[in-house]
Amino acid sequence: MGIELLTSIVFATVMAGTPLIIAGLGELVTEKAGVLNLGVEGMMSVGAVAAFAVAHATQNYFLAVLAGMGAGMAISLLFAVAALTLMANQVACGLALSIFGVGLAAFIGKPLESMSLVAGKPVALPLLSRIPLLGPGLFQQQLLVYFSWVLLAAVAWFLYRSKPGLVLRAVGEAPVSAHAIGYKVMRIRYQAVLFGGAMAGIAGAFLSVFYTPLWVEGMVAGKGWIAIALVVFATWRPLRVLVGAYLFGGCMIAQMFVQASGVQLNVPAQWLSALPYLATILVLVLISHNRSTIRLNSPASLGQPFLPDV
Amino acid sequence: MAMRKLALMLVGGTLLFADGPVKVGFVYVSPIGDAGYTYQHDLGRKQMEAALKGKVVTQIVENVEEGADAERVIRNLATDGCKMIFTTSFGYMNPTAKVAEGFPNVDFFHATGYKSSKNMATYNGRFYEGRYLNGVIAGKMTKSHIAGFVGAFPIPEVMMAIDAFTQGMRSVDPKAEVHVVWVNSWFDPAKEREATMSLISQGADMITQHTDSTVVVQTVEEQHKAGKNVWSFSYNSDMSKYGPTSQLSGDITDWSGYYTKTVENVLAGKGIGPNTWDGLKEGMIKLAPFNAAVPKDVRTYVDKVMANMKSGKVNAFQGPVVAQDGTVKVPAGKVMSDADLGGLNYYVQGVVGTVPKG
Repeated sequence: MGIELLTSIVFATVMAGTPLIIAGLGELVTEKAGVLNLGVEGMMSVGAVAAFAVAHATQNYFLAVLAGMGAGMAISLLFAVAALTLMANQVACGLALSIFGVGLAAFIGKPLESMSLVAGKPVALPLLSRIPLLGPGLFQQQLLVYFSWVLLAAVAWFLYRSKPGLVLRAVGEAPVSAHAIGYKVMRIRYQAVLFGGAMAGIAGAFLSVFYTPLWVEGMVAGKGWIAIALVVFATWRPLRVLVGAYLFGGCMIAQMFVQASGVQLNVPAQWLSALPYLATILVLVLISHNRSTIRLNSPASLGQPFLPDV
Repeated sequence: MAMRKLALMLVGGTLLFADGPVKVGFVYVSPIGDAGYTYQHDLGRKQMEAALKGKVVTQIVENVEEGADAERVIRNLATDGCKMIFTTSFGYMNPTAKVAEGFPNVDFFHATGYKSSKNMATYNGRFYEGRYLNGVIAGKMTKSHIAGFVGAFPIPEVMMAIDAFTQGMRSVDPKAEVHVVWVNSWFDPAKEREATMSLISQGADMITQHTDSTVVVQTVEEQHKAGKNVWSFSYNSDMSKYGPTSQLSGDITDWSGYYTKTVENVLAGKGIGPNTWDGLKEGMIKLAPFNAAVPKDVRTYVDKVMANMKSGKVNAFQGPVVAQDGTVKVPAGKVMSDADLGGLNYYVQGVVGTVPKG
């Protein structure tokens, strides 16, 4: 019972954290290029509904994830055009994208509301899944869970070990200098926004096709906002996004298991639901409290439009 | 937008003078969807409109947030010429009362609240009666003697549901326990799913919920298909299409009888009627169809209990009702009063855990 319980808690924590990691890493790359896209909630919603529609029609979950990714990219392009090319205020554009995306998804998803899906089958990794205690919880997961780990490694390597990553960070720190040296600031920012959109779309697909699995209006339920907050509290460091996401998921899951076990809890209900937020913010603030590293990691031109002086 | 509004008002204006059908407005708290609380209200509205064909037309506004926006929507319906307005969620109570004051010639009906006046009546269902019956089925069919309940917020309506379910379950299985997980949201599919999973992992094999989505039934179906011995009960609607193999039964609300009767009475000049709290007897609360897995003797037994509840011989809260801490809340031979039910804030014996402080 004890081991089985631990396994289910680990399993559930990883499931709960995965969409936050994927969407969060996408947003991290976008922000590292100096663009603040607050539309994650909207992009996830659109990704979720597109993926669900395709999964329902074709039963092909790979296509479904692609559809979610494509939908997220398509809607992020709207943001890119408004905020980058037309240089509208990024905060306002992001908020608009969130509201628009949630509404659009609800509109498209109307006929899908009663449908149900067979959840995608978890894939057990050979050997690893047989590790006692943690194995079944960590390594008998959905493919997208493994994808989130690969994504973490890829994003970390890209940003800190590759030349294009260095250029992207340069664009986020000092777009004017990057432009002066000859880098295409606009093109790189467009790519970063599209990458963020793609990841948010995949995160949405994970929710609607693998996690719940169903589509209902409002199902993203604020996870896009949590992903954005994670990026900030993780001071733009990829690994800390993962830590924060699992911490958040873990607190949420743990408080439910504690409730289900019937342990006496003499705390107000609101505290229980606030706990994951508080714990995550607290821990991330503590591990990232060094001011100079925050200043170092925060992209200097975040949220500022770039006007090439041609 | 303004043009459309104007057009609507013109339509309303002409209806007032013409001897055509009377306009009846409905305000819903969520999208209608395909199952759940609002869906049941809309089903009732449609059946009422069909029954009174030619005499009424209905107008609906869905997904209206409780609070300031509700007042604007209700006021709009009244100025648009609705002669009767049904506001279907608890949070519409004060806005409805406020608008009702300003429109003495319009009749208002508010669901699940407690404020009424000359032109405002309340109506509600005794949802807990269906819960009791679900509990009886759970008690008859459980193997682990543990049931799981996914709750939204610890308000009296949900407490009634948990307690009635527990009372029903323990009436046939005295050692049964009910574990509760609060998700602190009416609608959050991911959290509802996690709550369900955590209850299953604690050994619960009978699961029900008081939240607004169909996720609990779907999650149980998925786990059932994966080989676990778990079963669910739906709430508000029959959700068997989401849990064809694992939904044993459910607690269904049928508003059509109330809507038809009430609108008919108002049209006939008989007034808005008394405040209504109907249950199994009046047909407002129904039991969802049994799953094929429910054995015959259980069905017969449940039908008998239901008949006794309708005739008043059995009450979900008949004494002795003992609170979790052992205090006798209702002595043997008595039943809990409606006033006590309306303020229910404690677990009965058999529920495990503590009520989170509001």
